[in-house]
Amino acid sequence: MITRRRFIAVGSAGLLAGCDRLNNSQAFRGVLRSAEGLTMQAQRLISPRDALARQFTEADLSPIFRSNGTSMPATAEYARHLAEDFANWRVVVDGLVGRPLSISIQALRSMPHRVQITRHDCVEGWSAIGKWHGVPLSKLLDAARLSPRANYIVFHCADRFGDKPYYESIDLIDAFHPQTILAVGMNGHLLPVPNGAPVRLRVERQLGYKHAKYIQRIQAVESLAEVYGGKGGYWEDTTDYEWYAGI
Amino acid sequence: MNDASEKSGRGGQKAASQRRIAYRHRLPTRIWHWINALAVIVMLMSGLMILNAHPRLYWGAYGANFDHAWLAFHGRPFPGWATIPSTYNLAAARRWHLAFAWVLVAGLVIFLFVSLWNRHLQRDLAPSGEQLKPTHVWEDIKAHARLRFPAGDAALHYNVLQKISYVAVIFGLIPLMSLTGLTMSPGMDAAWPWLVELFGGRQSARSIHFLCAAAILLFIVVHLVMVVLAGPINEVASMITGRFRVPPERAAE
Repeated sequence: MITRRRFIAVGSAGLLAGCDRLNNSQAFRGVLRSAEGLTMQAQRLISPRDALARQFTEADLSPIFRSNGTSMPATAEYARHLAEDFANWRVVVDGLVGRPLSISIQALRSMPHRVQITRHDCVEGWSAIGKWHGVPLSKLLDAARLSPRANYIVFHCADRFGDKPYYESIDLIDAFHPQTILAVGMNGHLLPVPNGAPVRLRVERQLGYKHAKYIQRIQAVESLAEVYGGKGGYWEDTTDYEWYAGI
Repeated sequence: MNDASEKSGRGGQKAASQRRIAYRHRLPTRIWHWINALAVIVMLMSGLMILNAHPRLYWGAYGANFDHAWLAFHGRPFPGWATIPSTYNLAAARRWHLAFAWVLVAGLVIFLFVSLWNRHLQRDLAPSGEQLKPTHVWEDIKAHARLRFPAGDAALHYNVLQKISYVAVIFGLIPLMSLTGLTMSPGMDAAWPWLVELFGGRQSARSIHFLCAAAILLFIVVHLVMVVLAGPINEVASMITGRFRVPPERAAE
């Protein structure tokens, strides 16, 4: 005889197994994934192109700004840069540009800065408010004469997850947004190692994993399909995080 | 709900009233009920998995591990039977949550337009002035506490506690869930800065999102208990076919 409790237990286990099976089905995942495009189109439709993320005051700063992901890149190359105080760190701008650049960290630090106090939202749910000092990405892309064929900007990072390099990408709307900067300073100091020393991206209308740290190369591309796993970022390639992380 | 009923003319008076079938739920109401039930359950279960990623809640604009949390769990507090998917996977839970959010919101908006048009809202859901009198509400609370459910014609209309709870969910909790959910989006906060002001910061919105989810879970539990007590087969069947077997009037005491 099937007791009611047994019936409920078996029923809910079946339901859960069903959800897990759907979750593993490529076709169903495709349906779920289509919501990402819908969300991005909807947000872009109602957002003015240059709508700013809220800017806070010094009084609003998080007492401690936690870091996430890599807190110390584990390569010999990064250890050497750290030992040299990043004196020989360079950021390359290449790909679909008319004039490829290789900029020293000293040059980046001495360029005119934008300073913004913004809220950093992690995909996990927490938020921290920090003050960022950096060069608007648009200045570098203009200086490198971005090709009209370029659709995305890819950020190649010095940190590795296993043998895979971290990377991220954004489209031109976010790349030319006034708050999108290459930050070299945080809370009035040079950028600390856990937060991406010596240079990281701030792309304030998206979640934390888009804010690439330890940037060594900025590459303009026509399509993301040609870069690593083709989905536009380390987490996008490996665990199916959304490429559009505005929500 | 509809007053049109099909009375059986055969048998004794008692048998006739037992066999009386009324058309209680119209098609749009039934379709929305089941789509919404599916969407809400997926949202709750995928939402618990998302909360597993950082099971701490804060008030204000910011909040992370070093800040004061008003509610904090350790580890991954929500077990596999309560989450989608059943093993820890934030990315997949977000895919489910952010896709079914569209189903939930689109379903509610369409339901509200149709229900205004077919007068379901005005006729069936809006409590009358008479019903809202404290004495009437108190009588209804006492009747519920004694598990004495409406019979006869009274069973064809929502009672006042039902109306208040349905209106609270439809016009209060689900819209609040949607707005606080949107407030957690950094893209939306840039597009609509009033959102984050309305709720007093992103982490406050996240806390309110969780509290509303808990309230919706409470609603579901009470709703299901009421269905079971009122006769689960008749109640569920009426939400599928629209047809409801009217419980006979009780003999006067």
